[in-house]
Amino acid sequence: MPAQTQPRSTQAIELKGVNKWFGTFHVLKNINLSVGLGEKVVICGPSGSGKSTVVRCINRLEEHQEGTIRVDGVELTNDPKSVAAIRSEVGMVFQQFNLFPHLTVLENLTLGPIKARGMTRSEAEARAMHYLERVHIPDQARKRPSQLSGGQQQRVAIARSLCMEPKVLLFDEPTSALDPEMISEVLDVMVTLAEEGMTMVVVTHEMGFARKVADQMVFMDAGEIVEQGPPEEFFGSPRSPRCQKFLSQILQH
Amino acid sequence: MKKLLLLALPVLALSGCSSSSTWGWYVINPMTPGGWINIKFLISGMGDTILISVIAAALSIVVGLVVALPGLSKKRGWRLVNRIYVEFIRSIPLLPMLFWVFYGLPIIFREMGLNIPIDPFWGAVITLALSDSAFTAEIYRAGIQSIAKGQTEAAQTIGLNYLQTMRYVILPQAIRRILPPLANQFIYIVKMSAFASVIGMQELTRRANELVVTEYRPLEIYTLLILEYLVLVLIISAGVRWLERRMGSDERG
Repeated sequence: MPAQTQPRSTQAIELKGVNKWFGTFHVLKNINLSVGLGEKVVICGPSGSGKSTVVRCINRLEEHQEGTIRVDGVELTNDPKSVAAIRSEVGMVFQQFNLFPHLTVLENLTLGPIKARGMTRSEAEARAMHYLERVHIPDQARKRPSQLSGGQQQRVAIARSLCMEPKVLLFDEPTSALDPEMISEVLDVMVTLAEEGMTMVVVTHEMGFARKVADQMVFMDAGEIVEQGPPEEFFGSPRSPRCQKFLSQILQH
Repeated sequence: MKKLLLLALPVLALSGCSSSSTWGWYVINPMTPGGWINIKFLISGMGDTILISVIAAALSIVVGLVVALPGLSKKRGWRLVNRIYVEFIRSIPLLPMLFWVFYGLPIIFREMGLNIPIDPFWGAVITLALSDSAFTAEIYRAGIQSIAKGQTEAAQTIGLNYLQTMRYVILPQAIRRILPPLANQFIYIVKMSAFASVIGMQELTRRANELVVTEYRPLEIYTLLILEYLVLVLIISAGVRWLERRMGSDERG
């Protein structure tokens, strides 16, 4: 994959000197990160290290106070237009799925395309069925989310993001709320997406997945990026002691 | 012995065995033409009591939502608008508010050059709706806040704007938590509508008062009045329970 050699102008996501505070707590310290088109970045780190916050800043679920964030060349500002423009390019998959429990699976998938994009119901449903097939659950279209297993729900959530046809997909610990036996069905879908060239930023502790798809590994601790590099280097010879300790802890078993 | 007799006296009075001059159920005896006319006079206030309550409740449901939404804003200024409205309106006793609306508001309208007369019916409706809206606003706020934040975030990431998020994602879920207390609030409106009698609205209570003046049978007439409200409230309670059951069964899918 030619991702790392992309010229600067085609960066899908670019964070420069991003700082963020929750009150007096400095959650993000001078974050610099660029993600090329088609590139897959995996962010890991201990809990509370700010990795979810980085991802949530990219589509303005959290506001950064310093630095610049650009998505597909558009700078993220307080202007609602810039927020809307960026959100239309960026899909997000949450740890807790966040499916809409009062709607059927199909309605979950068509709500955005119909209401936000103005598609007709039949167009939106055709698109929804297409993506449900991609995540291998077209037969669940008429069910409510509560009738599905956790793994199925997360795959529906992925399909829901795909229905907006985003340029970038963000994953915030997509398998952390799943029972162990359901993790692989979700990861399989994510690997397929990665292979098809989707630009992805994934916060996860699934290191097997990371080795398989990541072009770039990022290790965060206490609000800063401590180590960053291609997976071979990252797993083979981590430089910082904090990263070494973290990796030895999660790769122990 | 004498003491025993004294104790027995109220019991005798209630059982209707004492001298006929203290009892006068004839005023509302449906078997006599006079009694029937009185009953019809009293019960025909039912229409206005119901109409005032229903219109006031409908207005309160709309105004309450409009007041609740700024209370859920991230911006402190908006939340302050909500707090001031709720605290201010909630602190005004109904009767002074009724006087202010009925006698005071027309003066303000006149000063503003507007010719908007306020009759007892609309005076009562406006007062009840205004007073109740502070409570419905709090019910909405609690109901909406009980919906997990992830739902709003998911809606934002699929491109829905604020109103669409409320309309298609949050309110449909919050409604099952909002409706039962809202229906309960309706019972209060029905009971508080009795105050309309003070500004000359010929609803249930006013009619009872008028009949007491001519017949001088307060015990009998007010007993019937209480029973009239009891019937109204029992009907509403049954409706509330039916609603709660329906909502509950919906939840199970």
